[in-house]
Amino acid sequence: MELTVNGQRHQIDAEAGMPLLWVLRDILGLTGTKYGCGIAQCGACTVHIDGEAVRSCQIALADVGGEVTTIEGLGTPDAPHPVQQAWIDHQVAQCGYCQSGQIMSAAAMLALQGEPDDQQIDRIMSANLCRCATYPRIRAAIHDAARRLATG
Amino acid sequence: MSRAGRIARRGFLVGSVAIAGGVAFGAWRYTRPLPDPFAKGLPPGAEALNPYVLIDASGITLIAPRADKGQGARWIQAALIAEELDIDPAGARIEPGPVSKTYYNTALLQENLPIDPTDTGWLAQTLRAGSDVPARLLGLQITGGSSSVPDGFEKLRRAGAVARETLKQAAAMREGLSRADLRTGDGNVILPDGQRIPYTELAAEAASIAPVQDVVLRAPSQWRILGKPVQRADIVAKSTGTQRYGIDLAFDGMLYASVRAAPAGASVAKVEAAAAKGMRGVHSVVPIRDGIAVVADNTWRAMQALQAITIDWAFPDLPGDQQAVWDGLTAALDTAQIDSRPRDTGDVENALAAGAVIEAEYRVPFLAHAPLEPMNATVRITDSQCEIWTGTQIPDFVVAKVAALTGLGEDSIQVHSQMIGGSFGRRLELDFILQAVQIAQSVPGRPVKMIWSREEDFAHDQPRPAQIARGRGRVANGRIEALDLAIATPSVTASWFGRVWRALPGPDATITAGAGDQPLAIPNYRVTGHRADEVFPVSSWRSVGASGNGFLHGCLLDELFAAADLDPLQGLIDLCSHDVSRRVLNELREISGWTGRAAGQGRGRGVAFCLSFGVPCAQVVDVADTANGMRITRAFAVADIGTVLDPVNAQAQLSGGMLFGLGHAMNCELTYRDHVPEQTNFHAYQAMRLHQAPEITVRLLENGPLRGLGEPGVPPAAPALANAIFAATGQRIRELPLSRKVRFA
Repeated sequence: MELTVNGQRHQIDAEAGMPLLWVLRDILGLTGTKYGCGIAQCGACTVHIDGEAVRSCQIALADVGGEVTTIEGLGTPDAPHPVQQAWIDHQVAQCGYCQSGQIMSAAAMLALQGEPDDQQIDRIMSANLCRCATYPRIRAAIHDAARRLATG
Repeated sequence: MSRAGRIARRGFLVGSVAIAGGVAFGAWRYTRPLPDPFAKGLPPGAEALNPYVLIDASGITLIAPRADKGQGARWIQAALIAEELDIDPAGARIEPGPVSKTYYNTALLQENLPIDPTDTGWLAQTLRAGSDVPARLLGLQITGGSSSVPDGFEKLRRAGAVARETLKQAAAMREGLSRADLRTGDGNVILPDGQRIPYTELAAEAASIAPVQDVVLRAPSQWRILGKPVQRADIVAKSTGTQRYGIDLAFDGMLYASVRAAPAGASVAKVEAAAAKGMRGVHSVVPIRDGIAVVADNTWRAMQALQAITIDWAFPDLPGDQQAVWDGLTAALDTAQIDSRPRDTGDVENALAAGAVIEAEYRVPFLAHAPLEPMNATVRITDSQCEIWTGTQIPDFVVAKVAALTGLGEDSIQVHSQMIGGSFGRRLELDFILQAVQIAQSVPGRPVKMIWSREEDFAHDQPRPAQIARGRGRVANGRIEALDLAIATPSVTASWFGRVWRALPGPDATITAGAGDQPLAIPNYRVTGHRADEVFPVSSWRSVGASGNGFLHGCLLDELFAAADLDPLQGLIDLCSHDVSRRVLNELREISGWTGRAAGQGRGRGVAFCLSFGVPCAQVVDVADTANGMRITRAFAVADIGTVLDPVNAQAQLSGGMLFGLGHAMNCELTYRDHVPEQTNFHAYQAMRLHQAPEITVRLLENGPLRGLGEPGVPPAAPALANAIFAATGQRIRELPLSRKVRFA
């Protein structure tokens, strides 16, 4: 099967039912996308398909109908995406394990909504679990990133 | 080389050894002969080096031996060394160590007691008096008890300072100058004419001279890194998906595995695995002790194959339901046998007999650790060596247990500590590592990465224990005359020691921690611990005994304040017998604008205080009963940790600890049925989500001794919330989670 991830095309020899998460992690070696629950309850596996945030543990390889972007494709340590830069400036991460998913959810939300209010942030971001409870800094970083994106 | 006789104050002296192309600086340590074979100490008088700084031509490596599970330990250890070494820690490699077998022996990673021996304060004395078990435990390399910062504060800075001065001495000898004429900066020795010699060029020479011991540690006013809001070294990696955790490792030829293990106490009766063996990518089905593993070429394939295996468990003829737990706790309270009574002031029985008694029974549930990174370990084993890549808080125990399991010598076992995606105490356990070793034994020479499913994690957590407590009290003349709290719980310490080593006799101080050790001058004041039989294995959960006891004690106090018609915050301040704690309470009153528990119709404020791990912490929670349910609207927390070394992270720890406590108090419990928890994944164990997280204001004070902050933010949260709900609704909820009685928005 053919899969486009972070702008690169790959031929994948795997079962149609293998979740995208495990294709990314164990076949393509893109381990920035995390396994946390396997049932779309924690959001650690969030990636973008054609810009939309999806839980990669719930999308079978055969059902991936667009281009996949993972945290590695959003930005890099040398050239972080504005959302990642906000996460760095606010030192959001504690253990950091959920943050790839948090950032991917936030980036997709901001691409769609511009400057979301707290209720919108609550609705979208409550799908992502942070066991360290970095939520106040996540909220602050999202508002900050929204301003940065708005001013270009 | 007999430096043992010169070992200075606090039992360590910084020394150096040559390594290939460079030098290692570390703490020489006199190893005491311990009768305990597990401690595997060197012969009496022997010495060895705990390395902290390695310098060779390739650069500078700082060794941060305490595990980092998100609390920032790795960074603060590096910062303590770098402050004195005069380097930018962000430019150095930060390794958990051990990195090489050439210059030390694994037996020597033992750390000093985190209790400063000069500390004769009431807290240190309380800790020492509790039991000899913690002292024995804390002699090992272990990350826990919020001890990393107090333990490393002097040792790591001193290692950095000795390394710096020795490098200057090497430069002075090379240049024919006096050390006093040289300066250092950013990894260089600076000569009087401004010429800079990188440390890396001086390393080999520095290894050949005696370390300079007469160093004076810099005063806090001179610090460049410590106490400043700097960016932690792991922040960029953790914001870009490039931080590698144990679960992300990959090696050439690596196999993947996953496990289904028997419920605690059960064993495998019958296995039907034919279907699994034929599935794509499956390498083998491997029986392990009390469970089955699948080895495959991919994690998902291993997990899928496991689901295709039918396993019949043989259950022990023992109770396996939650009711047995509650019955056992009640029975423990009913018995006259006590485990400990750390507080027995005045005459409680007489004081209670003098008038009307307020009585209340409280319950707290089992709680899962459920860190977001599922348990995992990667192991490669051969006839002569076992290498383990994993996140662990107890590498010494890993080595000992793996040696016993494999028959290999301890020197043949290497633990490569990995960055940990959350722990909350879960990585104090060995179960997953020992499973991975057994799996690796079935494929000698090949690395195998074993990952648990989340369902396996919930099924096999050793949770924070459920507890029942009975409180009694009497108020008269506008004050609390008597408080009597009896707590029943199984012993976390005995349960854990029984798994990682062997159970030890003696009372368990954690049964009453956070309740029996509070600095309150109640005239008739008694706290009693009753040890219940263990129905299910239990373990340390962030803040350990104080996690439940803080709730029991903080709620009972609030009931008594209310009965006495006292303001609960003023009541705490008036009862407080510890100046550092009183200043915490006063600061909390300031930042929260506290004027009382009333906050208008459908609103309320609650306060609670708990001193745990030497840190007094007080919190206020504001709630509003809205059309959508109860909502936490604001939260305030103050703690005193003596010296704030990493202000950004310290604030994050206090904020995160409080929110962690609030989330579990609202939403979480594990309940057992047929020997396993009914909660199998995060859909049934929600903890705190963003929409429930309030705005939080935190403040750190610096009046007491230096302490760590990983745990003390947790205990006051649950009682502050329950007390706020009482203030808003008049309803006393004496059982967690609060969602059993309250609908939260």
